[in-house]
Amino acid sequence: MGEIVLSKVMKSFGGVEIIKGIDLTIADGEFVVFVGPSGCGKSTLLRLIAGLEDVTSGTIAIDGRDATDLPPAKRGLAMVFQSYALYPHMSVRKNIAFPLRMAGLPAAEQQRKVEAAAKILNLTPYLERRPGQLSGGQRQRVAIGRAIVREPAAFLFDEPLSNLDAALRVSMRQEISELHQSLKTTMIYVTHDQVEAMTMADKIVVLNAGRIEQVGSPLDLYRSPANLFVAGFIGSPKMNFVEGAEAAKNGAHTLGIRPEHIDVTADGPWSGTVGICEHLGSDTFLKVEVAGVGTINVRAGGEVPLHHGDPIRLTPQPDKFHRFDSAGQAA
Amino acid sequence: MATQASRTAGRLMLSPAVVLLFLWMIVPLAMTIYFSFLRYNLLMPGTEEWAGFDNYHYFFTDPAFWPALVNTLTLVIGVLVITVVGGVALAVLLDQPMWGQGIVRILVIAPFLVMPSVSALVWKNMLMNPVNGLFAAMARGLGLPPYDFFADAPLASIILIVAWQWLPFATLILLTAMQSLDQEQMEAAEMDGAGVFWRFWHLTIPHLMRAITVVVLIQTIFLLSVFAEILVTTNGGPGTASTTLTFLVYVQSMLQFDVGLGSAGGIVAVILANIVAIFLMRMIGKNLET
Ligand SMILES: Nc1ncnc2c1ncn2[C@@H]1O[C@H](COP(=O)(O)OP(=O)(O)OP(=O)(O)O)[C@@H](O)[C@H]1O
Ligand SMILES: [Mg+2]
Repeated sequence: MGEIVLSKVMKSFGGVEIIKGIDLTIADGEFVVFVGPSGCGKSTLLRLIAGLEDVTSGTIAIDGRDATDLPPAKRGLAMVFQSYALYPHMSVRKNIAFPLRMAGLPAAEQQRKVEAAAKILNLTPYLERRPGQLSGGQRQRVAIGRAIVREPAAFLFDEPLSNLDAALRVSMRQEISELHQSLKTTMIYVTHDQVEAMTMADKIVVLNAGRIEQVGSPLDLYRSPANLFVAGFIGSPKMNFVEGAEAAKNGAHTLGIRPEHIDVTADGPWSGTVGICEHLGSDTFLKVEVAGVGTINVRAGGEVPLHHGDPIRLTPQPDKFHRFDSAGQAA
Repeated sequence: MATQASRTAGRLMLSPAVVLLFLWMIVPLAMTIYFSFLRYNLLMPGTEEWAGFDNYHYFFTDPAFWPALVNTLTLVIGVLVITVVGGVALAVLLDQPMWGQGIVRILVIAPFLVMPSVSALVWKNMLMNPVNGLFAAMARGLGLPPYDFFADAPLASIILIVAWQWLPFATLILLTAMQSLDQEQMEAAEMDGAGVFWRFWHLTIPHLMRAITVVVLIQTIFLLSVFAEILVTTNGGPGTASTTLTFLVYVQSMLQFDVGLGSAGGIVAVILANIVAIFLMRMIGKNLET
């Protein structure tokens, strides 16, 4: 129903290449997340799939049909925008019914679908309100409702949660995941929040400067990043990169060690001084100046009685090392 | 302006300006009201005496009064319709990305910067003149008899000139409103399958309603007092065909030197303007609320 295949998709704006040849297959029912730094072309790629921008070259196939030149309304995709893009002078009911009305469905049928969507999204009490009278989370749900009723081949989300506060973001994130579980429709989700990417995705596509750096399941990317960019992008706090003698000793040009794979021990091989120390209760993040290695971020579990300036010894876990060659590729 | 002290200080600092503006407004108004109750003719100085409502009586029974009232309303409504419809159309066009956008936008604003008397003269002598005018030349080129605009359709001609002057204002206000239209909303509607015209009627126009209201309210204030264009072109004629209330007041107080009658006319015009304003606020004022 919702397989999307991009081949050699390129996009330039006024001679500047923004999307530089993307080959990607999104299987039916998959939850795919596009992540990448700001300006890397995530939104542009999503808009190309939606048909809101024309590709410069390459093809987009939806459901095995070439959709490269189809107008957005004919692609059978529904998009949820970052700004919600609700119609301000229509009630919630009319907003949700809108795509059905455009499709020419009978009024009774429209109402039935709107009621059903409102029920799934807990919007029933708000159906007669205007978007301006709703909270951010409710507006987001209306936008999702408007997408659901179309029964699209795939949902496209462009940073749908970035206007919400942290707590609401967590609960909406779970709602969208649940929605995906129950609808089993293909979803493409753009975000630059890697927690969203890791928690929601079946498959993460890491983009950088208009190219795909790596595609894989969240844990694939965490366990075996293909290159330095992905290694640095996935994981929080960021992976430590060590170069020079210490790396050479382990047979790599650059050695990557995640902060959670370094233990604080009494007799570790690395000795240093604690710099910044962030006590979160559940974790303690330490910035340690290690002689001959550099600044190393360490994630120590639980409460650790260390403070700025304390001497410390560290033991990296050798089986969790990531080795990269001089070109930045995983060795 | 949160605390009591800062509010008081704020009021104190504002008061000179408020008092000045108030006097500025109230003194002429009071004098006009006072004069309107006097028999006050400049040709007979020193004979001013209380006249009661005589001036009003003469003004209302003046054979030119009703035509002038109708002409005033026709002028205002005609110009409003042309500028709002034309302004929306131009705003939509100018909002499209195109080559030379900056220059085109400046050109569109240009008519607003021309003084009313000058533009009226240009229209009268260079465009609408039945002998030398551009339109007459075009008509002759097509083998048609030239049309004498100011003789045959004086009020319509004036409406055209005034609309031409105010179109840039409407366009400018509507264009800025246009630019604040959420593009994502349009794209969402496009994805939902709404056509261009549907989007225009149901998204663009509702979004522009507030700006249209502003245009209508501001223009009405100025259009009720259109004067130079009439003086320069038709002088209110032929007969009273293009005499508005403003022009009638001028005719009576200046040409007949009757300050009392003119003042009464002025007060009538003020009352009319207020009636129109109340009507407008009732009808479209709710668009200004958020
Ligand atoms: N219509 C356009 N015209 C010209 N350049 C554009 C246009 N749209 C996007 N770009 C450029 O394309 C690049 C990618 O933009 P895009 O919006 O896809 O980034 P993004 O990955 O979504 O970033 P963010 O995370 O900040 O939303 C940017 O450098 C942007 O300047
Ligand atoms: Mg974006």
